[in-house]
Amino acid sequence: MQSLDQLVRDASELATGRPVPMSPAETEVARQMQICNACRYCEGFCAVFPAMTRRLEFGAADIHYLANLCHNCGACLHACQYAPPHEFAVAVPQALAKVRADTYAQYAWPPAFGALYRKNGLTVALALSAALALFLVLAVASQGSLWHAPLAGNFYAVFPHNTLVAMFGSVFGLALLALGIGVARFWRDVQPAQEVPAPGAATEAARAALTLKYLDGGHGEGCHDEDDRATHARRRWHHFTFYGFMLCLASTSVATLYHYLLGWQAPYPVTSLPVILGTLGGIGLIVGPIGLMRLNLRRPALHGDRAQRPMDHAFIVLLLLVSVTGLALLVGRETGAMALLLAIHLGTVMALFITLPYGKFAHGMYRVAALLKFAIEKRQPNRLALGAD
Amino acid sequence: MIDVLVIGGGNAALCAALTAREGGASVMLLESAPPEWRGGNSIHTRNIRCMHDAPQDVLEDAYPEEEFWQDLLKVTGGITDEHLARTVIRDSSFCRTWMRKHGVHFQPSLAGTLHLSRTNAFFMGGGKALVNAYYRSCERLGIAVRYNAPVDRLEVENGRFVAAWVNGERIAARACVLACGGFESNREWLREAWGQNERGEWPSDNFLIRGTRFNQGVLLKDMMAHGADIIGDPSQSHCVAIDARAPAYDGGICTRVDAVSLGVMVNRDAQRFYDEGEDFWPKRYAIWGRLVAQQPGQIGYCIIDSKAVGRFMPPVFPGVKANSLPELARGLGLPEEAFVATLNAYNAACRIGTFDHTVLDDCHTEGVTPAKTHWARPIDTGPFYGYALRPGITFTYLGLKSNDRAQVYFKGQPSDNLFAAGEISAGNVLGKGYTAGVGMTIGTAFGRIAGFQAAAAIQGRIVPAAYVVEGEHAVA
Repeated sequence: MQSLDQLVRDASELATGRPVPMSPAETEVARQMQICNACRYCEGFCAVFPAMTRRLEFGAADIHYLANLCHNCGACLHACQYAPPHEFAVAVPQALAKVRADTYAQYAWPPAFGALYRKNGLTVALALSAALALFLVLAVASQGSLWHAPLAGNFYAVFPHNTLVAMFGSVFGLALLALGIGVARFWRDVQPAQEVPAPGAATEAARAALTLKYLDGGHGEGCHDEDDRATHARRRWHHFTFYGFMLCLASTSVATLYHYLLGWQAPYPVTSLPVILGTLGGIGLIVGPIGLMRLNLRRPALHGDRAQRPMDHAFIVLLLLVSVTGLALLVGRETGAMALLLAIHLGTVMALFITLPYGKFAHGMYRVAALLKFAIEKRQPNRLALGAD
Repeated sequence: MIDVLVIGGGNAALCAALTAREGGASVMLLESAPPEWRGGNSIHTRNIRCMHDAPQDVLEDAYPEEEFWQDLLKVTGGITDEHLARTVIRDSSFCRTWMRKHGVHFQPSLAGTLHLSRTNAFFMGGGKALVNAYYRSCERLGIAVRYNAPVDRLEVENGRFVAAWVNGERIAARACVLACGGFESNREWLREAWGQNERGEWPSDNFLIRGTRFNQGVLLKDMMAHGADIIGDPSQSHCVAIDARAPAYDGGICTRVDAVSLGVMVNRDAQRFYDEGEDFWPKRYAIWGRLVAQQPGQIGYCIIDSKAVGRFMPPVFPGVKANSLPELARGLGLPEEAFVATLNAYNAACRIGTFDHTVLDDCHTEGVTPAKTHWARPIDTGPFYGYALRPGITFTYLGLKSNDRAQVYFKGQPSDNLFAAGEISAGNVLGKGYTAGVGMTIGTAFGRIAGFQAAAAIQGRIVPAAYVVEGEHAVA
């Protein structure tokens, strides 16, 4: 297939008007897409294949777009007449997964930090959260005794409110800024300026993201975990994780409003909105990540890129640590261990925030951008007029 | 002892196994391939042609029985059996309910196949997804599936199936369904069937097999030895011109090159040999395999210019590209002078009207032989592209004579416990030609009939001949 690779590269040069030195992972996607585009049996599964049929050639930008449009559901792999051991060796979920990780690194901001995606593993995550927790624990200890008389859940007696806001607000803000710039760079690359978003595109993209539409297999029976059986497991655990995360964010946001707008100071009672939202979110963030981790460990090699497991695991474990330590803090906030529990929880949250822009969290941002591009693109007239119709 | 032994592992075999199991029989299925290659030619299919009198989920408009029958009559040139054909056609009007029950999903016709949106229901994910669903259903229903189990021969006594031999192991059963395909993967047999031509070539040596490597025709030969009644001409096969770079087996659908009607076809000597614009490509693609097989070296070259790019389904392999016709001839290894002369003669003969690839337009040639009767435009706008094409065999027509109960015949007598379905007996309905999705229609109908009859046979029940398998809706 060497000549095919070369020809595909030539084709993309012609298409884009400039030489595009494609990476081996990108070249492999272009090779597989050329086969898929001549077959098209998988068109009903997801957005990737309808997007593919609007193209005859696959340049780097097309490949980055398709890579981030793919939800890695595995349906096309099991249905593929050209999957290994066939000599065409088509394994689209794997080929796209490899490019997907590269796009995170390539568009990362600051660019020098792109390499962090490859280094962001479980060890880094655990070491970072342990170090930050230890640092905060020592900070508490240096103020007096680590074990204190019960403070009735008053966190600000340990860390002043403004200190917390300054620390976490700035790190979270920076994380979002870094990711936002990365996604904007991606968008500039994949989305032609002349394509004007039609009404409804944004709504459709948002719905697809929020419902995980493309994990339903196109037939509504779900996606693939271990073999050719379709289940809703991944969708379910991802919903627990995502909505758990959002509930936790909502909890913090409501508490912030209480603090600044209404002047209500924490601690809030167990029946208050922030605590209820946080508790529900925390439970989601325990159940979801455990489910996702189980599925991740059982997934066959051809379903994705094994090399990304450390990044996946780091994110899953950090989410789990945040929720477990958060709920532990809720349970123990009336006791003398509150300061210790708070320091540990804040350490893990800080580790999560710091690794956000250079880890698995990025997939959500790039995925939404790709879904938006798909929703815009499908509303454009198709330039191709293939003879068979 | 097992009640029903199903030999084969593709669509028809799976339909037979599932239906026999639903009929209360214990069932074992023997697939000669390993799990990763299971499903025979069915993994390369994508749709089933279905009769319907009104719009049905993914099927538009109507495709009545009579129209389906007329289409079949036309493509087979009359080499069919009206009673069997109508049995199959009627089954196709409701078999999809049963297919769905066993996990098959349907989708609207794919991009580039709108011409089939009325007549053909597409499998979501294609034939391999269908095969996977059926195997999963087999597992759920407790059907014993054995892989790597090629049957060498059958024991047949007085027209009754007794046992099958697999790698030296004897497997006895009360009834048997043969659904193990044709012989298209058997190189020796193809050589024998096609023979040697006037140039001293063995044409079939240059054929590519579009489907499975496991259709060796072992049991077809064995049944011939047992004196089973045979139908069909061994030299007939569904033969398409496909990219010469396609793999020897399992190239499937993506190796086709749909550009023929947009350009010209030349042979090894750079001579044109047939009207490229005779009719719409979907109606003509299946004649080009045989046309190429008759050319020296069994190779043809499809030549287009840049006006054609983007007007046909993208081919899996990129064409040989050149900025001039002489350069293209060199790139394709064709005699340069003859090639340029042929193209110049064709170009000069083009009478350009209003080009429209969606109708039989008025662009044609005058004064060249063979003429190109539609879509004739000069090949004059570089870059130019050329694709080498070879005959690709999809399936063979030679098979076992059978009836509307899918019974196999021995000297004019139907067997009461040996049945056939799928490619091995498709020739009863489709003696020649092809139309999209009809192989799956025949395989599904006769698979279900064979399984139903086999389950009935072991219970000693006599089932009316023409009946429909639809669970409690079974009708005579």
